[in-house]
Amino acid sequence: MTPTTPAAAPPPAAPDRAYGYADLPALMSLMTGDEKHGPAATSTLDALWVLYDRVLRVSPDRAGDPGRDRFLLSKGHGPMAYYAVLAAKGFLPAGLLPGFGSYGSPLGHHPDRTLVPGAEIGSGSLGHGLPLAVGTALGLRARGLSGPRVWVLVGDAELDEGSNHEAIAFAGATGLDRLHTLVIDNSSASHALPGGVAAPFAAAGWSVAAVDGRDHEALYDAYTRPHPGRPHAVVARVEPKHA
Amino acid sequence: MDTMRERFASVTSRLLDEDPRLAVVLADIGTDGFRRAAERHPDRVVNVGIREQLLVGVGGGLALAGLRPVLHTFAPFLIERPFEQVKLDFGHQGVGGVLVSAGGSYDWPAGGFTHMAPGDVALLDTLDGWTVHVPGHPDEAETLLRHAYAAGDDRVYVRLSAQTNARPRPVTGGGFLTVRRGRPGAPAVVAVGPLLENALAAVEGLDATVLYAATVRPFDAPALRAAVAGAPVAEVVLVEPYLAGTSTAAVADALADVPHRVLGLGTARAELRRYGTVGEHVAAHGLDPRSLRERITAFTDFTARAAG
Repeated sequence: MTPTTPAAAPPPAAPDRAYGYADLPALMSLMTGDEKHGPAATSTLDALWVLYDRVLRVSPDRAGDPGRDRFLLSKGHGPMAYYAVLAAKGFLPAGLLPGFGSYGSPLGHHPDRTLVPGAEIGSGSLGHGLPLAVGTALGLRARGLSGPRVWVLVGDAELDEGSNHEAIAFAGATGLDRLHTLVIDNSSASHALPGGVAAPFAAAGWSVAAVDGRDHEALYDAYTRPHPGRPHAVVARVEPKHA
Repeated sequence: MDTMRERFASVTSRLLDEDPRLAVVLADIGTDGFRRAAERHPDRVVNVGIREQLLVGVGGGLALAGLRPVLHTFAPFLIERPFEQVKLDFGHQGVGGVLVSAGGSYDWPAGGFTHMAPGDVALLDTLDGWTVHVPGHPDEAETLLRHAYAAGDDRVYVRLSAQTNARPRPVTGGGFLTVRRGRPGAPAVVAVGPLLENALAAVEGLDATVLYAATVRPFDAPALRAAVAGAPVAEVVLVEPYLAGTSTAAVADALADVPHRVLGLGTARAELRRYGTVGEHVAAHGLDPRSLRERITAFTDFTARAAG
């Protein structure tokens, strides 16, 4: 039998209604069935919301626009907050959320870019997003597209993977300043990096900002800080996974 | 005559001038050949240093940004070490690129097993949609590289080697060439890339058809079926410059509805802990003309065929 895949969700022209930050828990509930979510499920939620709401120049009608910003979710595990933000911003109809993880749904427990409108990469295996983001940034530069910025979200424990350090060292050494890494730090690494998660970025010459990952103004300020000639890392600290 | 790798550098450097979609990514190997191209196209000739996971990840990212990435290093560092990147950063992302390896199975025998990748084609066989070219001559390498660069968003592997045939064949980038035709029903020898002339020498004077495969994936099943048509039991010998038996399953699929026997010749699975020369390794793996002839005539009884 030839394998079949679920049809990719059609990109809606606009959100089915206007959603705000306050709607995100309810959107997540459509996937999880829980009314409330612990810190682990929402570790990325505030950082993602501020990024999509105020920083990224992306929208459902710009999905094929070469000049759009690129957001790559590298930490693909626990994507409910990501799907909720994509739904709130009109990339996904909210009606798809209850099917989360089911056979006919485009929404898996790790996102697949060929199925999820607005997802720039498929992820799940850790340590792939940052190298892909470096390549995307180099590719946009090679095409002469000076506008679009590239953002990649990684987890603190994801930085265990050596492939990230290949990318961090290279991007720092070459001053790849359109590249931005958002590290969600919920202290989940089994063996914490000496000096904290910002240390390898700083050592490689990146611009680094560390902020409270629940403070929207602090996140916005960190996201928009100028960093000429250097890639930029924002460490968003949230509640420890194993408190 | 230049080597395949030199031809790769010269042809790709020229095409970088002509095709704005092409971008080369290196990992400290082969940078000399691209020095001038890097000066002309600093944004499209990138050396990431000794970082092979990044090499492949950057290739996937370039493809996501709309470019046609060309990645090059020694075969073990291109396919084996970053294999999950090859699987996910190209296949799972649904993007394409061209992976160009050097070194093959034992181009540098004195370098030892760390620089050998006899399993590269077999590994790619676990993935979907990879075209695999194995040129047998620098001129063929040029044709196949040009074909690969122009192949839209296909995923293509080009396996360059220091081992070559004395002269090129008119390869096109797809399908097998019939270079020697036996009588109807004669055994078919499928010779891959640089082993063609050894295979031809091995069957000198024997009633065998010889197909030349400079492109092994997709496997040209129609050509094989046509070559063995009329045999009561089709007999197929694979002569491959990488792991023995790599294409045995492809032969079985091609001849699923036809009685057949298949002999898969190639490099041995056991690690040959020897240095020395390419010629010594070819012989140690039984891929020199005399060894091939012994193994092929032990597999199929040409005497009976001639008498019958």
